[in-house]
Amino acid sequence: MRKNSLFQKIAAAPHIVWAILFIVAPMIFVLYFAFTDAEGNFSFSNISSLSQYGNVFILSIAFALIATVICLLIGYPLAYFMSKQSERAQKILMVLVMLPMWCNLLIRTYALMALLDNGGLLNSLLEKLGFDKIPIVGTNFGVILGMIYDFLPYMVLPIFTAMTKLDKRYIEASQDLGCTGFQTMTRVIMPLTVSGVVSGITMVFVPSISTFYISQKLGAGKIDLVGDTIERLFQNPSTYNVGASISLVMMVLIIISVGIMNRFTDDDRASDGDKGQKKGGFMP
Amino acid sequence: MKFLSKFYIGLIFFLLYIPIIVLIVFSFNESGSLAEFSGASLVWYEELFNDEEALSSLLNSLILAVSSSVIATIIGTFGALGLYRMKSKYVKGAVNTVTNIPMMNPDIVTGVSMMLLFVAVAGFLKSQSFFGFGTMLIAHVTFNLPYVLLSVMPRFRGLDKSLSEAAQDLGCTPARAFFKVELPEIVPGIVSGLMLGFTMSLDDFVISHFVSSPDFQTLPLYVYNQTAHNVKFSMYALSSLIVVAILIILLVVNFAGSVGRRKVSEKRG
Repeated sequence: MRKNSLFQKIAAAPHIVWAILFIVAPMIFVLYFAFTDAEGNFSFSNISSLSQYGNVFILSIAFALIATVICLLIGYPLAYFMSKQSERAQKILMVLVMLPMWCNLLIRTYALMALLDNGGLLNSLLEKLGFDKIPIVGTNFGVILGMIYDFLPYMVLPIFTAMTKLDKRYIEASQDLGCTGFQTMTRVIMPLTVSGVVSGITMVFVPSISTFYISQKLGAGKIDLVGDTIERLFQNPSTYNVGASISLVMMVLIIISVGIMNRFTDDDRASDGDKGQKKGGFMP
Repeated sequence: MKFLSKFYIGLIFFLLYIPIIVLIVFSFNESGSLAEFSGASLVWYEELFNDEEALSSLLNSLILAVSSSVIATIIGTFGALGLYRMKSKYVKGAVNTVTNIPMMNPDIVTGVSMMLLFVAVAGFLKSQSFFGFGTMLIAHVTFNLPYVLLSVMPRFRGLDKSLSEAAQDLGCTPARAFFKVELPEIVPGIVSGLMLGFTMSLDDFVISHFVSSPDFQTLPLYVYNQTAHNVKFSMYALSSLIVVAILIILLVVNFAGSVGRRKVSEKRG
């Protein structure tokens, strides 16, 4: 093979410089702000003051976990049933899954709020039928419902892709060898679609734990999650330091949980590839 | 079982689409009530189209999406080429990992980190804060880069090295060999990276929220500001238009694409 020319040596240079300037440097500034006070002196005060945000963290983790589990419980059977449909039906269903994904999160959340609001369609219908109004917007339930509604497609798509890639002969083989339908499910289909499940969980959990628009709209400002806290702290320069330390903790938390999740897939390249489906699943 | 699975699919998609359908129907509601449909009218659409802020933010979004995706695609494609040729596995792995940080991190952390960088640089230069189109462009290129790399890198891995060597043996300079032999092979990856970056940029709200200024507003930022305090019916009109536009694009890409592919495969026999 020929020696690398100068052209090839410098080809990656702009990319590397860009990554250092705009990915590494910002991370260093998060660290710097997290460990300094407003005057720029080194201090642990931000980190030690985090204990007052303990409840916010616990609430966010709990909400994100509940939303992720429910998305999985709804999404896995949905993806399975979808993969059983005719090819044409599958294609239409794919478009139907992707349409909400491609609509901005703000629009989806706003649409859900319009339906569930106290003056919205659902409550006015209930009232007309003689029932009591159900307050949903402004409750914990409303926020979790918002997360499930907004992120369910992100769970369905990677699992569905894993289902369609699954070699049908494995299923036939397991049936030939005497598996019941249930055994085929738990012993063949589920283990072979783990990579889809893992990227689905990541794609629901990470945005759920860090959201602030959903809690603002469907929580009616009454429910404070980590995302809301960060967003608020970054509106005022004097609280940048605390905000940076909360962001740092959240980032570490997510790195740990994603790391644990990826242990479940033996082929981590597969889940890496699935990440690209965030938006590009349909790309020709 | 077959009926049950169809019923389940129908139920979940019904629940998924009710809010969107209600949104579209009530965007035509004359009275501006979410509870009762009093009569069809286009007043909210009229209000939307007379709102210059909405139109200018749409234009801003498009300018930002085109420029950031083009820049990210150029940097990322050459980056992928350089990484592919790089001998040191460690540097390669390190650059890959660092590039993927904005994809793995929650958007809010990426947004906040970039904001701190710009704040710190402005403080260091003792200048006014310079949030605006420039900072937005930098942020959008940065979060588009991993998607470009993700689309282009596999194309490079699939290249046959001997073709480029043959071109060079036949007298091409390495640069010419790249443009003549390797580039055509990786073009599909470049195109999908570009499209991915374009849509990610168009869609982004959270990162933009932290690095923007009021003088350069994109469409999602505009929707956010409009919906911050009260219900605005022109936003229902705007959202409905966006949903319909996306539906058309998805249908065209998925179904026209498959017709094209079928034709190609028929030709190939």
